[in-house]
Amino acid sequence: MNFRHKFVFLFPGLFVLIGILIFPIIFTIRLSLSGWNSYTPEMNFIGITNYIRLFTDDPRFWESFFRLSFLSVSTVVLQYIIGFALALMVWREIKFKRFFRVIFLIPMMTTPVIMTVIWRTFFHESLGPLNDLLGRVGVEPILWLSDPVIAKFTVIIVEVWQWTPFMFLLLLAGLLSLPKEPFLAAAIDGASSFRKFVYVTFPLMAPISIGAIIIRLIEASKIMDTVFVLTSGGPGTATETSSFYIYIKGLREFQMGYAATLSFTYLVIMIISLTIIAKVLTKLMIKE
Amino acid sequence: MKTIKTCVTALISALLVFSPVAYADKWSDQFPHIKATGDIPGECSYEAMSKKNYKGKTLKINTHAVPVMGEPTALHAEQFAKLTGAKVDVTHTPAGDLYAKAMVPFQAGQAPYDIVFGFSNFINDWKRYLEPVPKKYVEMKQMKDVTPSHIAIASWDGVMYQFPVDGDRHYLKYRKDVIDNPEYQKKYKADTGKELRVPRTWKEYGEIAAYFNGWDWDGDGEKEYGSAEVMKKDDLMYAAFYSRSAAYSKNPKTPGGFFFDLKTMKPLINNPGFVEALTDWVAATKYVPPGGINFGLGDEIGSFGGGQTLFSFSWDDAFVAAMQPDSPINNKVGTAQLPGAMKVWNRSSNSWDEGFNQAPFFVWGWAVGVAKKSKEKEMAFDYLCFFANEANHQADIGIGRFGVNPFRDADFKVDVWTQIGWDKDIAQSYVDTLAEMEKSKNRVFPLRVPGTFEFNAALATAAAKALAGQLSPQAALDEAAKQWEDILNRVGKDNVRKAYSVGVAMEDNKL
Repeated sequence: MNFRHKFVFLFPGLFVLIGILIFPIIFTIRLSLSGWNSYTPEMNFIGITNYIRLFTDDPRFWESFFRLSFLSVSTVVLQYIIGFALALMVWREIKFKRFFRVIFLIPMMTTPVIMTVIWRTFFHESLGPLNDLLGRVGVEPILWLSDPVIAKFTVIIVEVWQWTPFMFLLLLAGLLSLPKEPFLAAAIDGASSFRKFVYVTFPLMAPISIGAIIIRLIEASKIMDTVFVLTSGGPGTATETSSFYIYIKGLREFQMGYAATLSFTYLVIMIISLTIIAKVLTKLMIKE
Repeated sequence: MKTIKTCVTALISALLVFSPVAYADKWSDQFPHIKATGDIPGECSYEAMSKKNYKGKTLKINTHAVPVMGEPTALHAEQFAKLTGAKVDVTHTPAGDLYAKAMVPFQAGQAPYDIVFGFSNFINDWKRYLEPVPKKYVEMKQMKDVTPSHIAIASWDGVMYQFPVDGDRHYLKYRKDVIDNPEYQKKYKADTGKELRVPRTWKEYGEIAAYFNGWDWDGDGEKEYGSAEVMKKDDLMYAAFYSRSAAYSKNPKTPGGFFFDLKTMKPLINNPGFVEALTDWVAATKYVPPGGINFGLGDEIGSFGGGQTLFSFSWDDAFVAAMQPDSPINNKVGTAQLPGAMKVWNRSSNSWDEGFNQAPFFVWGWAVGVAKKSKEKEMAFDYLCFFANEANHQADIGIGRFGVNPFRDADFKVDVWTQIGWDKDIAQSYVDTLAEMEKSKNRVFPLRVPGTFEFNAALATAAAKALAGQLSPQAALDEAAKQWEDILNRVGKDNVRKAYSVGVAMEDNKL
């Protein structure tokens, strides 16, 4: 029997895949081999010149990448801890459980750019309400956005506030789907709440936790809007991340060819590092 | 009877000539924006535009976000649509994206916008995609009034590509009620042994700003600060740095380039003059309001215009905002040229020349052009001509948030400003400041070469690192100079030299 006609059914999906995934990646690779910029507006071929520049003469990209790694890992770890705690809280039988579940989700439902504008106003060192409130209790103004170290933590605060609900949602869904028997067995054995968490809840939640952490790491590594609105990468380059730097090179300075080089390199690094992270997490959290 | 007729005629004539009410005409009734002057006759007046018929046609404009330039663009678009029957679509774009939003379709050979707003230093990259301003507009009466320096900024090799709608320069703004206050003058003298006066040098600016930093000197119950400046990396801070550098680095004895040595194309931005300016600027982080290191242009306008600081220097907007009737410091502010320096770097002798030096910086202004690929070029130029007609221009320059600033000889008359409520001495000092800058023979013009954005971004990033304490001023500017060398190699030294020579000729008073 000839099954060749089955390929006809694959074509629509294949075309979509090529159109939205394969073509942009191939185009980006081709663009990365060109010197397209504001004064050479053409897809010329310059070989691997852009890659040589990136690996030998662009410390700013690598600095922004390590800064991004710090911001991503720290925000996701905090989101995981807080999200898990909140999920555990409303998983139990407490008063106003439904109310809290909705309240905890609100930050995620707001528009990131708008909320960051509000946060920026809140943290504004001389005109914002936060320093004003601190001043009333005798605390000197804190440089939330203009001190190179504090500004990083300000970005972390906003990111954690915005995206902890996502972690909360995934983890709560996981908790609600757990089987009841292990918990009943632990209760019969007289296990304390702490031991129940360490030996029952946490191991059972490990697969869901890994999924949630990886999803958030992927999202957090693309952090752009918060940095763009809150600090514009400043002071200096203290909060500049890879995606913001690529944006500057591509759409501010119009170095399209070089920005494509940065994008493709970044994509490769992310694929490799996230694969390694997923494997390490699986090894650490899931025991046979 | 004859006497009565004569009296009535005289009365009507007097009303027409002297009374503001006399300006009320059929156009100002419909368009209250021009109520102060009414329509002013001209080739692009309200009357002239009302005779055009663009019904069924659509004009597409990309402009800046509201309010600066975005608000007048939208307002004049609405008026233009009412007068001509055209449909006008206005798109608002943040400042940092104006360049790319036009360049992407330009390079793709498309024209999604008939009119594109940007900054005048885009001219070198944009000119090949813009339609030169037709002769009939260049020769119009309203264009003849534009100052030579602003005609030069809008043109390249004698061809006008950008329609003049704005004129910009950086100058010093100060709180007159503090600097001229005899009690503060006495106190300052007693505490420092120096005169309290409008600062003549950047060092003096820093000393006075530091003295008036962090205490309530205007008695409003809030702390005030020394200076508000544009220090945010991607928000035009490079222009603020050039303003601070001009006095130390623009030496009239060494013509041939401020940014580069035109002969060798060696970047000059890490010479001791620029380093001295950046060292001053790093010191300034101590006398700006908390968070001042992240101030963009909007913050600077709000800070000085809202009465938070003693000094500021940048475009006109903060000053005009401060002078608006609803401002808390209305008629309490003054202007002067940018401070100078008591020494200037001489790159020929490789040493400092001692003595007072001052150099005005003609920062780019808002610029606008018509896309070469536009199918509605005539309507587009009519819109721009209408935007900048005399009635609109006079109304626009009095509104700080509009970002429309003087660029015509008529703007340098005191009456223009006293009519909108400015005190005469403040208006006089304002027009004198602007006129002196026009007359100066030691001016600096913005960098207008291929890759301008890259050069300015590299400089801004380096300066921002110094302000944030990540690098010393010398190390930061060495880093910027190295990047400028790399950009030069990518763009081609000869390409940059050819374009830069036009700006150098303007600076050396040869154009």
